[in-house]
Amino acid sequence: MNYKVTIGLETHVQLKTRSKIFCGCANQYADPPNTNVCPVCLGYPGALPALNEEAIRLTVMTGLMIDSQIPAYSKFDRKSYFYPDMPKNYQISQYDKPLCVGGYVDVVVDGQKKRVDITRIHLEEDVGKSTHHENSSVVDFNRAGTPLMEIVTEPCMESEDEAFAYLQALKQILMYGGVSHCNLEEGNIRCDVNCSVRPEGQQELGTKTELKNMNTFKGVHRALKAEIKRQISVLEKGGAIQQETRRWDDIAGVTIAMRSKEYAHDYRYFPEPDLMPVLLSAEQIEQWKTGLPERPAARRERIQNEYGIPEYDAGVLVADKLIADYYEEAARLSKNPKAVSNWIMTEVLRVLSENEWEIDAIKVTPRALAELVELLDAKTINSNSAKDVFSVLVNEGGNPRDIVKAKGLTQVSDTGAIEQFVDQALAENPRSIADYKAGKSVALQHLVGQVMRFSRGKANPQMAAEMLRQKLD
Amino acid sequence: MTAFQDVTVKELGEMLDEGACSSEEVTRHMIDVIGQVDPKLNAYLTVDTDAALAQARAADVRRANGEKGPLLGVPLAIKEVLNVEGQPCTCGSRILEGYTSPYDATAIAKLRSAGAVFLGRANMDEFAMGSSTENSAFKVTRNPWNLDYVPGGSSGGSAAAVAGRAALASIGTDTGGSIRQPAAYCGCTGLKPTYGRVSRYGLTAYASSLDQIGPLTRTVRDAAILLKAMAGPDPMDATSAAVDVPDYEAALTGDLHGVKLGLPREYFVEGIDPDIEQAVRAAVETCRGLGAEIVEVSLPHTPHAIATYYVIATAEASANLARFDGVRYGARVDGSDPIDMYGNTRAAGFGPEVKRRIILGTYVLSSGYYDAYYLRAQKVRTLIKQDFDAAFERCDALLTPVAPTAAFRIGSRTDDPLQMYLSDIFTVTANLAGICGLSLPCGFTADKLPVGLQVLGPAFREENILRVGHAYEQATPWHKEKPAMLNDR
Repeated sequence: MNYKVTIGLETHVQLKTRSKIFCGCANQYADPPNTNVCPVCLGYPGALPALNEEAIRLTVMTGLMIDSQIPAYSKFDRKSYFYPDMPKNYQISQYDKPLCVGGYVDVVVDGQKKRVDITRIHLEEDVGKSTHHENSSVVDFNRAGTPLMEIVTEPCMESEDEAFAYLQALKQILMYGGVSHCNLEEGNIRCDVNCSVRPEGQQELGTKTELKNMNTFKGVHRALKAEIKRQISVLEKGGAIQQETRRWDDIAGVTIAMRSKEYAHDYRYFPEPDLMPVLLSAEQIEQWKTGLPERPAARRERIQNEYGIPEYDAGVLVADKLIADYYEEAARLSKNPKAVSNWIMTEVLRVLSENEWEIDAIKVTPRALAELVELLDAKTINSNSAKDVFSVLVNEGGNPRDIVKAKGLTQVSDTGAIEQFVDQALAENPRSIADYKAGKSVALQHLVGQVMRFSRGKANPQMAAEMLRQKLD
Repeated sequence: MTAFQDVTVKELGEMLDEGACSSEEVTRHMIDVIGQVDPKLNAYLTVDTDAALAQARAADVRRANGEKGPLLGVPLAIKEVLNVEGQPCTCGSRILEGYTSPYDATAIAKLRSAGAVFLGRANMDEFAMGSSTENSAFKVTRNPWNLDYVPGGSSGGSAAAVAGRAALASIGTDTGGSIRQPAAYCGCTGLKPTYGRVSRYGLTAYASSLDQIGPLTRTVRDAAILLKAMAGPDPMDATSAAVDVPDYEAALTGDLHGVKLGLPREYFVEGIDPDIEQAVRAAVETCRGLGAEIVEVSLPHTPHAIATYYVIATAEASANLARFDGVRYGARVDGSDPIDMYGNTRAAGFGPEVKRRIILGTYVLSSGYYDAYYLRAQKVRTLIKQDFDAAFERCDALLTPVAPTAAFRIGSRTDDPLQMYLSDIFTVTANLAGICGLSLPCGFTADKLPVGLQVLGPAFREENILRVGHAYEQATPWHKEKPAMLNDR
C-alpha cells in the first residue's frame, strides 16, 4: 500500500539582540556559566520582566519577510511547568495572541516549487541549560532569557526532503533579515517535528508523533526518514501509532518513545500580568516594512543586473547571504565582477565544501580575491600561478601582490626570455615539430607545455604559442 | 518635649532640619524603643541595628552638607516582602529562610536615596496571604490596643509597629486590603495607591495584577510624604504608569467645600458590626460638616468581589510562587529526583494557607476549568471596575468602612478560612478595580478597638482621598490616641 506523509515543524530561533528579552543581561551564553545573570533572569523574588523592544522588532521583521499578518494587538502569557532550568517555573510565552499570524515560505524540492504555509510566529524566553553528571546535575542560566521566536508551520509538508528544504529556506530568510546568528552548533535554531502517515486515499490525518529539540537540519531529515519508515511498518503490521513524544538517537538511527499523551502537561496558560499587551500601530509596522532587508529573490535580480552575471550564478551566490555579501564586496572592488563570480563559484565554494567552512572562516578576503582577478587580467600572473596564489591565500591569507613577489610568480612576458625557452623546446622535441608540420595542432600545445615547464610556469603561454607558431610556420 | 517615637514623619523632618536632633540619635532611640516594646508586639522579624545606624549617620552627613528632605534621616519599618539589598526577605515563609536579597526594590531604592533609615523588617502573613498576620511562619504579631487581638494582615507587623510607636511610619503592601485593614485594626493610617502608581519591582509577588506598595503612618500628611517619595514610573516594572506625581501635600487643604463624597449602599449592609457602622456614619456627618456634599451611589457587583478576588489572586499566586523550588535560593529539602525535591521542599517550606491558595489557583487555571473560573472572574472584575467608573462620575471619593468588624481575638478565625476571607469584603474591590484607597481612624468600638474609615478614590487621584482624609483627621481626635499598653511603660 502507498502512504501519504504529513509533517509540521515548530522551529525555535534565538534572536540576535544585544541583551536578553526581559532584562539587561548580555544575550551571550557561551561565557563562563552563570555570569550573564541577574535577579530577573534567575527568577529571584520580586524581580519583574521588562520587555526588550528589539526582540519584538526582529520577530515582526521575520513575519513581514514571510508575508505574515501583524495583528495590532498581541500579548504574553505564562506557561507553567516545573523544570530546574526554568527559573520561574513558568515560561513567558504567547498563547493565543502571537505577534505574527499566517505567512508562507516557498521552497523548491526536486525541481518542483512548493509553498509551506506558516501558522504563526510567537515570542518567548529561552530556558537555562542543564548538564547531568554521574551524581549531580548543574544548571547554567546564561541562556535563560534569550529571546526565542517560535515559527509554527501548518501540517503541510509531505516528505523529509520538503522539511529539509523548508528549514534551509527559513534559515536563508533569517540570515537575510539579520534576526539570528543561525548557528546550528550553538543551538540558535532548534526544531520540534510533528509527523504522521496515512494510507493513500484516507482523508483524515493519521496519529502523529513528535520529535523534540532537533538541532541539525540533517538530523531532522534522517530522523523523519526513520520515523516515517517506522510508522509505515507499524501500520503494515496492523498496529496503531501511539500519540507520543519520541527522541531521535542519531547514532542508532532510530526514534525512541519518551512519553505518551496521558502524561501531557497542563500548562495552565494565563495572560502574563507583569507585562502590558503589545500594541503595534499601522505606522510602526509600515516603518519596519520600509526597513526590511532585501529579500533573496530581489537580491538575485539586482546583482544579476548590477554586475552583469548570469542568472544561474546570481542564484548560487544569493543562496547564502554571507556569500552574497562576500561577492558584492569583492565585485565592488573589481573591474571584472564576472571573473570574481567565477572564482567564487568554483574555487571559493570548493574550498568551503572541502573544509565544511562557512564563508567567514576563509582567509581569502574579498579585497584579496578582487586583487587576484586584477593581477590575472593585467597578465601579471598566468592562471596557473593564480591558482597557486589562491591556495596560499586560503592557507595563510595575506595580499596577492606580496605573494606573487615572494614566490617570484610574475609572468615572463619578456620576448627574449621566452625565445630562449621556445628554442630549447624546439631543440628537444623534433618529433613534435614533425607532427605539427603534418597538421596535428595538439603538437603545438605540447610545445607550449614544454615552454611552461622550462620557465617554471612563469612564461606567458599566449606569447609562447605565438612565437612557436612564427618559428614553425 | 515629645519623645521621638511619638512624633510624626513631618515633625521629625522639621526637627532634623532645625538641627534639634540627629538621625543617629533618633535611630538609636528607636532601636531602644523597639527593644522595650517589641517583645510584647512581635511586630519585627529582624532589626538591623548596624545598617540602620550606618544609614542614619550617612543622612546626618548629607544634612551637614546642606541637603534637606522630608525623609532624610527618618527611620522606617519595612515589610518583609520587599527586597532590601543585603537583608533577608523571608516573606514570612520558611521556604525563603537563608535567602539574602541581592538588590533593592525600586520603592526601597527611592526611599534610600531620599535618606530614609530602615530599622528592620516587619512581620507579615506568609507571602502576604492572610488578614491577621497569624499566617507568619515565625511569630504572631499582637495588636497594640489589645495584645490578645490580631493586628490585621497581611501587613500586621507594619501596622503594629506604627501604632505601637516602634516605628514612626512603615511600608506595607496591599493586594486585597493588606495595608488598609491592619491600619484600621491598629488605629493608624494606611494608603493603598492606585495600581501602577508605585513600582512593584522588588515586591515579592503574591498577585501581580493586584499588589501595590504603600505607607502606614500616624497622619495623612505622613502618608502623602511617603507616597510622594515612592511614586512614579519605573522602567523595571512594565505595569508602573507614566503618570506625573503631583504634590500631594498641596492637596491637604483641611476643608471639603466643593467635594462630593459617595456612599456606596452595598457597603452598608447587614453583617457589619453596629459599632463600626455607627463610627463610619458619624464620620460621614463630620465630612458633611466640613463642607462635603454627600451622595448615595451603587456598586452593584460588590457581592461577587470576594469570589472574584480569590480566583484571580490565587491563579496569579499559583504561578508566582512556583519559583520557590529549592533550586536557586532559599530552603531545600533533597529528594531522589528534581520532582521529588520540589515536593519535599514545598511541602516543608509553605504553610497551610499558602498551600491552600496555590492549590485553588492551580485548579482555576486547569484545562477545562479556565473558562468557568479564571476567565469569568476577569469578566466580573471588569464589571466591578465599571461600577467604580460610574460611581466616580458622580463623586470625587467614596466613604466606606474598612472591614465589617474590628480586630478579632488571636486564634478565633484560624479554623475558618472562609470567615477570614470575608473580612476583606470592603477592601478587595479597590484592588480589583485598580483604584486608590485610604484607611484612617474614625473611632473605637465599645471594647476600645480602633475603627477604620475607608476613603476610595479614582485611579491616580490619590490627592482626592488624601484631601478628604486629612480634613477629617484634622477635625477629629482619633489619630492622636495612643494604645494603653504604651502608657504603663
